[in-house]
Amino acid sequence: MHSFGYRANALLTFSVTALAFICAIASFSDKFSNQNPSAEIQILNINRLKKQSYGNDEVSLTLDISADLQSLFTWNTKQVFAFVAAEYETPMNSLNQVSLWDAIIPDKEHAKFRIQTSNKYRFIDQGHNLRGKEFNLTLHWHVMPKTGKMFADKIVMPGYSLPDAYK
Amino acid sequence: MSFVNRFSDSGKTPWSNQLNRAFITRPSLTLRVLSSPPPLLRLKQGWCLLSELSRRESESQKMGLVGETIDSIKSIQIRQHLTQAISLGMIVTSALIIWKALMCVTGSESPVVVVLSGSMEPGFKRGDILFLHMSKDPIRAGEIVVFNVDGRDIPIVHRVIKVHERENTGEVDVLTKGDNNYGDDRLLYAEGQQWLHRHHIMGRAVGFLPYVGWVTIIMTEKPIIKYILIGALGLLVITSKD
Repeated sequence: MHSFGYRANALLTFSVTALAFICAIASFSDKFSNQNPSAEIQILNINRLKKQSYGNDEVSLTLDISADLQSLFTWNTKQVFAFVAAEYETPMNSLNQVSLWDAIIPDKEHAKFRIQTSNKYRFIDQGHNLRGKEFNLTLHWHVMPKTGKMFADKIVMPGYSLPDAYK
Repeated sequence: MSFVNRFSDSGKTPWSNQLNRAFITRPSLTLRVLSSPPPLLRLKQGWCLLSELSRRESESQKMGLVGETIDSIKSIQIRQHLTQAISLGMIVTSALIIWKALMCVTGSESPVVVVLSGSMEPGFKRGDILFLHMSKDPIRAGEIVVFNVDGRDIPIVHRVIKVHERENTGEVDVLTKGDNNYGDDRLLYAEGQQWLHRHHIMGRAVGFLPYVGWVTIIMTEKPIIKYILIGALGLLVITSKD
C-alpha cells in the first residue's frame, strides 16, 4: 500500500485532476470580463468590378479599417482572430458571407489599430449579382484562450454598396 | 565485558552445560544428571522423530505427480483471478461507454480531436486537443470546423472564410483556410471540388486544451511505444495482488 508504484499512481491522478480543474476555472473566469469593442470601416475605393471569364462577378476594393479590441483581452487570452466579411443577399442565395481581410492580434498592445488595405481574399460572387448590390461589412472576432472555451462575436456595419455598372 | 559474557552463555543449553561439568567433577555427577533430561531420553526422542519424517516422505512419494498437480491447482485461486479479469473488463467497458455518450451529447463522430499540423498556428499548435460540437445551427464565416475530404482519412481543422447558403434548400457552400496558410483550402479538396458541403463537416471546435494531445501523437507515430505501454499495463494487472 505504500510502494513506489501506488504513490506515483496517486500523485499522477491527483495532479491531472487538479490541472483539469484549474483549466476549467480559468475558462470560467472569462465569463466575468467586461467587453466593449468598437470598430469603424470605410471603403476608400472600389478598384474593379468585373465579370470573370466563366461568369462570376468579382470585386476588388480598398478598405480603411480602424478598431479598438483591447477590452477583449483577459489574462486567459492567447490571441484574438479578427476578420472583416462582406454579407449580402442574392436571389439564389439567402446569405453570402465573403471574408475580405483577417488578422491575428497576439496581445493587447496590438489590439487598437488602423489599417488601410486592399482585400486579402477575392470577393467573388456565385453568379453576377453584384452590380448595385448593397451589403454589410461585419467585423468578426474570435477570442482563442490559453485553455478552455472559445467565444466569438461581431459588429455589423450596414449601408455599403457597389457601383451600378462594371468598372 | 558483560555483553560478551551473555553471548558466550546463551549459546549453550542448560543440560549440555551440566553434562560438561559432570564429566569434569565426579562427586556431583548423580545430582547434575538427575536435574536435566537424560541423554538417553533425548536420543530416543530424536529416533522417533526421524522415523516419523521418513514415513511421511515415503507416503508422499507414493502419491507422486498427481498430488503435486492437485496442490498447485488448489493454490491458483480461480475466483480471485476471475474477479481481476472481470474488473479489467469493467474498466475498458466504462471507458467505451463514456466515449459513446460523448459522441451522443456533442452530436459529432469524434468529439475530441488532436491537432496534427501547424496550419492553424499560433492559435492551435501541434499536440493540442480540440473539443468538438455539432449542432443544427447554420455554418457561418469565422467558425473553426473539422472536416473530412473524400479520399483523405485524416480530418482537417481550419476556419471558414466563405459561405454561400442557398435560399430554397438551405444547403451551403463553404470554403475554408488555415490561419497560418497563405492560400485557401481548394488545393486540399478532392479533384474538381470547389466547395465543402454540410455532410463533409464533422463538428465545430468549441474549446481546447494545450499539449495534452502529444500522448496520442507519440503513440501513433511510434507504435512501439503503444505496445510497450499496453504490455507493461497487462503485466502490472497480472502481477498485482488486488
